[in-house]
Amino acid sequence: MGTGIHELTAGYALDALDPAEREEYERHLDTCEQCQEELVAFLEVTGALAIAADGPAPSPALRERILADARAEQQNVVPLESRRRHFPVLAAATAVAAAVAIGLGIYAVSLNNDLDSTKAALTAQENAAAVLADPAATTVALQAGSGRLVVAAEGDAVLVLDDLAPAPAGKTYQAWIVEGTTPVSAGTFASAGGQAIVPIPQAVPDGAVVAVTVEEAGGASTPSLPPVAAS
Amino acid sequence: MLNRWRLAGEEAAMTLLAPTVVALPDPPVSWSMRRHLAHLSDEALVALVARADEGALAELYDRVGRVAYGLAFRVLRDDRLAEDAVQEAFLGVWRTAAGFRAERAKASTWILTLVHRRAVDLVRREERRRADPLDEETRDAGASPSAEDAAWLGFERERVQGALKQLPDTQREAIELAYYGGYSQSELAERLGLPLGTIKSRMFSGLARLRELLGDDAEEGSWEPESTN
Repeated sequence: MGTGIHELTAGYALDALDPAEREEYERHLDTCEQCQEELVAFLEVTGALAIAADGPAPSPALRERILADARAEQQNVVPLESRRRHFPVLAAATAVAAAVAIGLGIYAVSLNNDLDSTKAALTAQENAAAVLADPAATTVALQAGSGRLVVAAEGDAVLVLDDLAPAPAGKTYQAWIVEGTTPVSAGTFASAGGQAIVPIPQAVPDGAVVAVTVEEAGGASTPSLPPVAAS
Repeated sequence: MLNRWRLAGEEAAMTLLAPTVVALPDPPVSWSMRRHLAHLSDEALVALVARADEGALAELYDRVGRVAYGLAFRVLRDDRLAEDAVQEAFLGVWRTAAGFRAERAKASTWILTLVHRRAVDLVRREERRRADPLDEETRDAGASPSAEDAAWLGFERERVQGALKQLPDTQREAIELAYYGGYSQSELAERLGLPLGTIKSRMFSGLARLRELLGDDAEEGSWEPESTN
């Protein structure tokens, strides 16, 4: 270690390379696993140096300016129409789906029977983050409820519900994947109110609809209608 | 009435369709949105930002903005420039969140990397580089963070500053001049009258040593500083 271009990893992490070197190193980085690993570690160190910088706090106005910037700039979210076009079958399927379907918007506190499993919840959260971050994922607005269904290329899906009131006492929310006319349970989940993100534990096939119903605590084997949300 | 239907077939489903959909409540007020975001990891927030979720951006700023601005100010020594650097970096977060790869860095690290690079670009352009520490009055300026944040920041700062002090002087100097001063390796070689290779080695060895020092106590119990050392 520490020879030639590999040694630039430190300078790169510290932002101490000249522009030409920076470009050269970035090209090298694409193909050098050793440097990639080292860079990950060095960036954690420079992140720590950032904390130790000991500078003053920003004025509250900065936060507002940043949020105003974001508001002013329309981000590239896949318009709903584009996924509709991918699903010509949607007319028929959606009808069924909507019947079953749901509108979600939860941070999935629990799925299936993993109620108390923090680890499972964390894994679900990481998987959900991966789906949401996948630039190739398609986003479709819910037909019922406020929120969106995000489906990655492999069928991994996450339901984002902008607002979902807590289920009534003794009840739970349950997600369903409806392909054709057959609803399959995708697990139960709770909502604390507000925005919720629900990872769908099974792949969502093309043309299928994801729906949410309110069921007795513990979940049901068939959906109770009407759904509270549906894709 | 019949609130429990079995989906017998498409026909039954069709009849149930539109009229049965229940409207969801009004959107929550912003504080309640934020309250729920508080449970998400930084990485999950970035994923939401990639989906144009403004609340998630606000939550990220609330978590990282204090450190980000402190870093930018340390490099730039100027309110306005430091604010510009942070603002531009967060706009970069908003625009490029979809490209964030959690396997490469923590989300907070990624954001601080964007801020630092922007600050360094600005400081080089403005020709206002300095590497000496900030004086106490400057450090304490600005809005005071919550007690919890202040405690965490204070502890982390001491831990990292303690690690820095354990580096050999030459390594610490190279790292501080580069990271806080915004000097490039070749500029440092010239300024210190040393071969470029020597500067590169010092930076490399210094970061590697810091990584060990920070790793030693970062893994566990970082919340409880040793009272006996």
